Amino acid sequence: MSQNIPQLSPQEAQRKAWMGLLAKAPEAQLIALWGERPDPEHEVLRAPELGSTMVRGRIGATGNAFNLGEMTLTRCSVQLSGGAVGHAYVQGRSKEKARIAALVDALMQTDAEDEIRAEILSPLAATQQADKAARAAKAAATKVDFFTMARGED
Amino acid sequence: MYVAVKGGEKAIDAAHAWLAEERRGDTSVAELSIAQIREQLALAVNRVMAEGSLYDPDLAALAIKQARGDLIEAIFLIRAYRTTLPRFGATLPVETAEMACDRRISATFKDAPGGQVLGPTFDYTHRLLDFKLAAEGEAPVAPTREASQEATPHITTFLKQEGVIQTEVDQGDTPRDLTREPLELPADRALRLQSLTRGDEGFVLGMAYSTQRGYARNHAFVGELRIGTCAVEMEIPELGFAIEVGELELTECETVNQFTGSKTEPPQFTRGYGLVFGQSERKSISMALVDRALRWEELGEDNMGAPARDAEFVLYHADNIQATGFLEHIKLPHYVDFQSELELVRKLRAEAEENLASAAANTVPEAAE
Repeated sequence: MSQNIPQLSPQEAQRKAWMGLLAKAPEAQLIALWGERPDPEHEVLRAPELGSTMVRGRIGATGNAFNLGEMTLTRCSVQLSGGAVGHAYVQGRSKEKARIAALVDALMQTDAEDEIRAEILSPLAATQQADKAARAAKAAATKVDFFTMARGED
Repeated sequence: MYVAVKGGEKAIDAAHAWLAEERRGDTSVAELSIAQIREQLALAVNRVMAEGSLYDPDLAALAIKQARGDLIEAIFLIRAYRTTLPRFGATLPVETAEMACDRRISATFKDAPGGQVLGPTFDYTHRLLDFKLAAEGEAPVAPTREASQEATPHITTFLKQEGVIQTEVDQGDTPRDLTREPLELPADRALRLQSLTRGDEGFVLGMAYSTQRGYARNHAFVGELRIGTCAVEMEIPELGFAIEVGELELTECETVNQFTGSKTEPPQFTRGYGLVFGQSERKSISMALVDRALRWEELGEDNMGAPARDAEFVLYHADNIQATGFLEHIKLPHYVDFQSELELVRKLRAEAEENLASAAANTVPEAAE
């Protein structure tokens, strides 16, 4: 993306990827995937909080930033009894989505990593990928194939 | 003089209760759900998000329901709600070059890489009422085709390679924000774009149309119009790096305009820019045209007395919530104001009548001759 973003460590890059998945996840899907799982022992560092962020665009797509308008955002932070701290900044106004996302972020830093990835993150990624592919396929069907009319002067 | 008047509480309560009943309409007809509005009146939802300046489709759908479909009233509700939200920060600028495009067309280059992708458009429909929609039918299914992995670069990059279009460079400026400080002139381009993207669609359209009809000669080509989704990233203080915090549907329009050059700039193409929440094609083209018209000063052009080149006129009248608030307040009780005006008119009339009478008395009767 932007050129001035510092290089991330592999751990940071992975965390960025899963936090992004959680942020974009549909509330119902995340809640369903979390399922009946009992909450791990944790302390709430920041209770789920509704707010907004100012979305910026670029003048002429490449120039200076300008304020486009806000979007709703919910954040939450938790700490597991083992010490791992989980944060969530998720799109929309669902406190439950934010709470689960923060727990998932924390659990991904523990031994539960593989289980959480398989049961929650991979399905989220698959859905988001499939949705994107389905729209791309419909868009592709509306791509214009130009053909030139033969003009007879032979 | 201000005199507080009490009364009317019962009437107001009854009026609001009736409003609620009228909003529901005939109870033998199924009630609209928020999800139905969000899914089936998506373009109204998009307009409310754009002009309400808050991206949240469910909230916009709720506002439309509450406002009985009055979109300006719905925008008002969203603006009011927005002020109750704490702001956690600002995102990194959205990279529209990486948009997953549902639609992407160019009126300037037929064979642009990425192609002409029509998307779900009203264009080329016959604008004949479709009575099939009045009856329940099966859900339509769109055809698909294998998507190419080809990138869809911005059209202007081709003109840039040739050096015939003005470039837009990121100088890292923090943009002024008209939701945090009152709009003051002169407004730089970033502030103008913020004002236009949340401005009333009808007003911005009218202003844009005026430039096409000759009030400011900015013959514009739609270099590119793209609609699709973009991820939005935000720096998270607790992490020290940026993550994606969501995904937005956006419409972007870049116009390419002739420019004969100035003392400092060679002849080249210049650009107008529009970027709007949601699928908002008319609005984004309008925004780009008005943006270009408002750039007359920095490009050393003549003002020509064109309304669309008058930043004060455009920016101070584009906001439909400010406009409707001031416009509609005149229907609220002004009894005391009006009483004083009434007394003044009576007094002036009495004086005028007195003057006439005394003038008549002083006139020498000549008719008797």
